[in-house]
Amino acid sequence: MIRSLFYSITFHSIMILLTVLSLPFMLREPIDLPPIVSVELIQISDRTNIPYAPKARKILEDTKKKEEERVVSEQAPPAAKAKEKPDRIPLPDVKKEEKKIIKKKQNPEEIKPEIRQSSEFEKKEIIDTNQIAALIDKAKEVEAVEKSEKNKITQSNKKNSFATGLTLSEEDALRAQIFGCWSIPLGLPYDENLLVRIKLQLKKDGTITKSEILDHERMNKPGQKFYKVLAESALRAVRLCQPLKVPPTGYDNWKDLQLNFNPAEMLKG
Amino acid sequence: MKNIIILVFLNFIFFTKSHSLIEVDITRGNLDPLPIAVSPLHVDIKSENFEDVKVKELGENISKIIENNFKSTGLFNPLKKDAFVQKPDIAHLKPRFEDWRLIKAQALVTGKLLIKDEKLKVEFRLWDLTAAKEMTALAFTTTPSNWRRVAHIISDKIYERLTGEEGYFDTRIIYVAESGPKNQRIKKLAIMDQDGANTKYLTLGNELVLTPRFNPTNQMVTYMSYFRNMPRVYLLDIETGTQEVVGNFPGMTFAPRFSPDGKKIIMSFAKDGNSDIYTMDLETRLVERITEHSSIDTSPSFSPDGKFIAFNSDRSGLQQLYVMRSDGSNVKRITFGKGIYGTPVWSPRGDLIAFTKMHKGRFYIGVMRTDGTGERLLTENYYQEAPSWSPNGRVLVFYRETKAGEKGEGFTAKLWSIDITGYNERKLSTKTDASDPSWSSLLSK
Repeated sequence: MIRSLFYSITFHSIMILLTVLSLPFMLREPIDLPPIVSVELIQISDRTNIPYAPKARKILEDTKKKEEERVVSEQAPPAAKAKEKPDRIPLPDVKKEEKKIIKKKQNPEEIKPEIRQSSEFEKKEIIDTNQIAALIDKAKEVEAVEKSEKNKITQSNKKNSFATGLTLSEEDALRAQIFGCWSIPLGLPYDENLLVRIKLQLKKDGTITKSEILDHERMNKPGQKFYKVLAESALRAVRLCQPLKVPPTGYDNWKDLQLNFNPAEMLKG
Repeated sequence: MKNIIILVFLNFIFFTKSHSLIEVDITRGNLDPLPIAVSPLHVDIKSENFEDVKVKELGENISKIIENNFKSTGLFNPLKKDAFVQKPDIAHLKPRFEDWRLIKAQALVTGKLLIKDEKLKVEFRLWDLTAAKEMTALAFTTTPSNWRRVAHIISDKIYERLTGEEGYFDTRIIYVAESGPKNQRIKKLAIMDQDGANTKYLTLGNELVLTPRFNPTNQMVTYMSYFRNMPRVYLLDIETGTQEVVGNFPGMTFAPRFSPDGKKIIMSFAKDGNSDIYTMDLETRLVERITEHSSIDTSPSFSPDGKFIAFNSDRSGLQQLYVMRSDGSNVKRITFGKGIYGTPVWSPRGDLIAFTKMHKGRFYIGVMRTDGTGERLLTENYYQEAPSWSPNGRVLVFYRETKAGEKGEGFTAKLWSIDITGYNERKLSTKTDASDPSWSSLLSK
């Protein structure tokens, strides 16, 4: 009896101690982080990445071309592939655009060393198509196409706001905005298990600095055409919706955001 | 004990960290067709002239065919060319994505063509405008008179890239062309491209022709024709024009259809006054009986894997749909609804069966799962029947007749198509009245 009482007291006190220790930890974290000015850092790295994005893109296109070449020779009997142009011609244009951007900057020399660093980093991550695509996107600075919001707020799939860190109304506003931008590809069969998870990094104004498909290796697997189409449509929706309707406060809660696109409900009906 | 406390503490930290990522479920979107811009193809100035082909207009014409194909699907919204800001040749090299996004396009098709050494070379590119990148690029070389087919093949490639499904534009439809008054109809076998162009007549019209059906693997057709009041089953090779008689069968022979591998024909005919289902091996010409029942069994159709056969039978009283194994065993009734069911056709995708239903004097075309659940009626009319699937299993073509007056006036028969969502119903343009359509597989396969 006394022994179990002793255990009870020790464990309870441990729990209380942990709560006391961890709760302030949770409270403190948001206050600690902002002074690092992480927003600016991201911007700089984005800019420095620009000159190398086309390089990465070229490599990507090369690999893509090679794949396509194979397909062409099998599928279309009279097909002859135009190899040279897709590789050569788009590049000069991209470079011109880069130059313009660099001219606008005040200290072009200062940025150069950083470019080299980022290029190495970039090469390692070449496989991540979405990241590179997002960078290219940034280079041209997507103008915000504000879609008129269709307020089709549904009761379904509402998550607990405490778990997500957004209030229900904030989450609904965001969801409704993306509903309007997402054109679901209608050809999808409704019995497929299709769920696209996209991880976003956001700026304070709701524009996207990075978008990543979490199961992106699935995109290039054979027999996953429908998944690929859906993933692309989801990415299109996110880009069209920029800037996202995010709450004015609590940036650290939502600067990383995961969107789960699931068309099952729509395709059934 | 110390370790445990540290572990629990670490757990707490990770617990709080792992919940920092906010997840939002997106379960709805808009079903608006995807806005797509099809820029006219740039015609290279080095192009030579070629007999009967207006080279200068070719770029415009090919882009129009692609646009029409997309429009007919209901999945795409081709934007008007008046709003296009970039010239075709420059757009093909490197589109200004911002300009195209301004007109609300999400995808862009550009292209270039050239005729050299009596060969037409067409290249095209598909651009994702929101991601500002190229999605696919291909080039085709062919004889210039084949330009319509190139347009269809390009449409197929784009459709496949944007929907994940195979396209169905480079296909043909065979049907029975009808002319003359209702009681003296002249029926000819006719074939056309899926968009209604290039109509050709394959028979003269002095014999009655019925139920043409494509071989799913190549460009062969089987059909029935009456010769001295005896039904005969024919095989017709469309490429060479050669015809052969598969066999004479007793009266009341119906609807011969190919097996998925194209090696057999399945049909129903009446022997000793009782209609049953038979298959015939095209090499050995051996006839095998599949069903043996005192009721009327007709309209057999193989599943795409060849393991099952759907058919209709009146063994339960009213005509209903049944599915059995391809050897005739394990017969299961799949429809239990009110009304009469007929002409079951298994989708090439294997997931659905299309059928005609008659209920209270109205005709419906519908689809259901292969076990009979999930019945959906797509369209209702005075008289319509004989659905046939597009090769990707997304669209059905069928024919519809209007009510005739006492003397047969006002009677028409036309081909219609509808997709499996039931939204996109369209009338196909045929030169004459038409019935009994059958959709081919992809020509370029």
